[in-house]
Amino acid sequence: MKECSRISFLKGLKDAVPIMLGYFAVSFTLGINAAQNGLTWYQAGLMSFLNHTSAGQAAAIRMIASGDSYLSLALSQLVINLRYMLMSTALALKLRPDTSMGERLGMSYIISDEIFGISIMQKAPISAWYSIGAMTAASPGWVLGTILGAVMGNVLPASITTALSVALYAMFIAVIFPPVKQDPILAAVIAASMASSWLFDVLPPFRQLSFGFKVIILTIALSALFAFIRPLPEDTEATDAA
Amino acid sequence: MQHNVYLYILIMAAVTYLVRMLPLAILRKPIHNRYFKSFLYYVPYVSLSVMTFPEILYCTGSPVLGAIALALSIAMSFIGLSLPLTAGISCLAVFVANLI
Repeated sequence: MKECSRISFLKGLKDAVPIMLGYFAVSFTLGINAAQNGLTWYQAGLMSFLNHTSAGQAAAIRMIASGDSYLSLALSQLVINLRYMLMSTALALKLRPDTSMGERLGMSYIISDEIFGISIMQKAPISAWYSIGAMTAASPGWVLGTILGAVMGNVLPASITTALSVALYAMFIAVIFPPVKQDPILAAVIAASMASSWLFDVLPPFRQLSFGFKVIILTIALSALFAFIRPLPEDTEATDAA
Repeated sequence: MQHNVYLYILIMAAVTYLVRMLPLAILRKPIHNRYFKSFLYYVPYVSLSVMTFPEILYCTGSPVLGAIALALSIAMSFIGLSLPLTAGISCLAVFVANLI
């Protein structure tokens, strides 16, 4: 491993420690849910090891329990996880140009909301090894949390699981808010996004949409809207600001 | 459950991996279109905002606890505290507020 790759790997490893803790809390409840729906602890653990997608897995657990077709399960994962394609596209364009195919295939193993969130905020051009370091730290939290949840059920008191459940969101906030100081329009972007997200949850025609679909629709619509309202100046590297 | 659980898991893993892998494997040349670059600049802010709110209000089962965590983490990120500190203090605050 090159020296700069090693540094990136270690930085990702360190930055992702809170993700590991947040993952543990989320996947623990997912594990309980899997066991209640008839999956064994090793099936639940295998699903977490191969997927790392909370919304996708939560949907899959219900669909497997009710014996849905393989095709509908595949479609549900495509729709719920389509936002990862946007994230992967954004990452692909900020990657170091000399990133090998092996590194690209490796970092594709986990592109989750959280790993993407910290990876995309690195200064361009970014190293695949930052993401690989981050997933190395985060993945055990996800897989072990699922297994423990499935095996032990509710061993942690509710007061602790409740407190841990805000960790992921607090982290998202710590990712998106600081850049507002450099680029004030981001305050409008964040406010509009949060308001629309809330409206989609309460307004009847949108309420039926899945979480994954809501994220896809609003991400495409609002990003396009703001790109039209306030495009980046010509000759500016979009990647520097993000 | 008349279907095979492992086949279900492998199918969902394959779909999820392809969704993540294809753009990273295929996109090589920088894209110079100004609007597309602007679009991608906004994507993380929009997607993370949409995922955070109002989910943060629901996740503890109490909108008040969620609002405390939200306000606190916004304040801390403006002060410039690191990710782990922001997350940790928010959890601690919810834990304490829940006891009161």
